Amino acid sequence: MDTKKQNKLAIGALYGIAGLVVLILLALLGYILASGLPQLSWHFLTAPAKAFLKGGGVGVQLFNSFYLLILAMAISFPIALGAAIYLYEYARDNWVTTTIRTAIEILSSLPSVVVGLFGFLFFVVKLRLGFSILSGAFALTFFNLPLLTRSIEDSLRTIDLEQREGGLALGLSRWETVTRVILPAAVPSILTGVILSAGRVFGEAAALIYTAGQSAPALNFADWNPFNISSPLNPMRPAETLAVHIWKINSEGIMPDAKAISSGSSAVLIIAILLFNFAARYVGKRLYKRLTSA
Amino acid sequence: MSEEILTTQDLHLYYGEKEALKGINLNFDAKGITALIGPSGCGKSTYLRTLNRMNDLIPNVTITGTIKFKGENLYAPNADTVEIRKEIGMVFQQPNPFPFSIYDNVIYGLRIAGEKDKEKLDAVVEKSLRQAAVWDEVKDHLHESALALSGGQQQRVCIARVLAVSPEIILLDEPTSALDPVSSSQIEATLLNLRHDYTIIIVTHNLQQASRIADRTAFFMNGELVEVDQTKNIFMNPAKKQTEDYISGRFG
Ligand SMILES: Nc1ncnc2c1ncn2[C@@H]1O[C@H](COP(=O)(O)OP(=O)(O)OP(=O)(O)O)[C@@H](O)[C@H]1O
Ligand SMILES: [Mg+2]
Repeated sequence: MDTKKQNKLAIGALYGIAGLVVLILLALLGYILASGLPQLSWHFLTAPAKAFLKGGGVGVQLFNSFYLLILAMAISFPIALGAAIYLYEYARDNWVTTTIRTAIEILSSLPSVVVGLFGFLFFVVKLRLGFSILSGAFALTFFNLPLLTRSIEDSLRTIDLEQREGGLALGLSRWETVTRVILPAAVPSILTGVILSAGRVFGEAAALIYTAGQSAPALNFADWNPFNISSPLNPMRPAETLAVHIWKINSEGIMPDAKAISSGSSAVLIIAILLFNFAARYVGKRLYKRLTSA
Repeated sequence: MSEEILTTQDLHLYYGEKEALKGINLNFDAKGITALIGPSGCGKSTYLRTLNRMNDLIPNVTITGTIKFKGENLYAPNADTVEIRKEIGMVFQQPNPFPFSIYDNVIYGLRIAGEKDKEKLDAVVEKSLRQAAVWDEVKDHLHESALALSGGQQQRVCIARVLAVSPEIILLDEPTSALDPVSSSQIEATLLNLRHDYTIIIVTHNLQQASRIADRTAFFMNGELVEVDQTKNIFMNPAKKQTEDYISGRFG
């Protein structure tokens, strides 16, 4: 066989494999959307769930998912940003940073169910936070922190050393160079990383089952005082999220329309995550354009 | 005889164990252009970067000897690197504009220093860009990205950016080596314009460039300063054999 033929064959095989992957993904996506989309309605998206009867919705779960996401991000983003800036811009390579990096590596490959059980033992039991949004948000922070730190560090890495030298050579301090030159230049890529990790957090179930809990008490959407038990903002209430809801319905759901609700919830989850991904790209591109051509 | 603005005495620099500068004694008068020439790896960039403490960024660098700027020791324990770099600016080999607009690039140093007066900033932008001989080319797109400019224009914007913080000394490390001949000669013209107002120290591999623009030329080899003199003496009538060999292209 001559090299030209070999080349053709290899390319053909690669196309085949890539095609197969795409096909599987499309089939999955198609199945989920096809079985889920017909269930979707305003009622489904806003009504509370019903345990025994038909016709429940996922309004509370949907709200919980977003609330938890925002809380988890609000806790993990500043920490991850600080850690990434320290590791990449300030720390020199020595045993301390090596240890931190190794810890981050290990944490990021920790199965989320382990994070969940740790969260249960530590936040729920030891710190007596109970099954609550707060416990869930902390568990998600543990789940998210290593990945987010790494992604922000990678964003900083994409900015040339020349930019740092340029800043310093103008008489900016190290801190000014980081905050006024490097970070603005890295914002689009950091933001993309944040939104993508938001997608991951949004779909996370295992870390939440034993921390944010599996019940979704009805909420009073007229009460925004975070100290009231039925207020949506109360961080101490148990809060089943959409992903946990899907898991729960499929393992022990006893409502007559369990199948339909599970399909609908899955579709909502997938759509939300797709939206995150598209938003990440769009916002990243827009921001880069705006920042670079003021 | 004008006063000496920058003096280096017995300067040694080590990267780890490796001695890259082996006792440099070199002084600079205020104003005018000095070119640093020499074969690749002889320590020109290393020397230039000691002058505004850019080597501080590199781990494991040890420096001995004294560098004084207007009589103040640059490496004194209480020396403020930020202040030093405001007085001694630097332009790099690769044009490195920030990914912002041309206008923002030029005023970045001032804006961060707290200057808010729009009229003053506008004036500084125009003056600096004019000094860097790039005003006419960019005046109609001041608010567009500096990244959209050609390499030569970017480099002149980078020079303007340094001028805007009004340093006394400008260090340039092979500022034209990444540029085409036309852009290079524009940069040379820019530097010739600036030589009456600033002390300019430029590293270059281009001997013609040195002979065209420099008042004084210093020849480095293997981490040592071989000789320094008026440019025409270095090129027409060098005191040292090594200089003559290098100038006539026998090595390097
Ligand atoms: N960060 C560094 N770590 C270790 N050694 C270095 C470092 N930077 C430069 N050197 C070494 O120091 C010596 C001088 O380097 P320098 O970059 O100052 O040379 P140069 O004269 O500017 O060369 P060129 O003309 O190629 O730019 C070289 O032998 C180089 O290998
Ligand atoms: Mg060099």
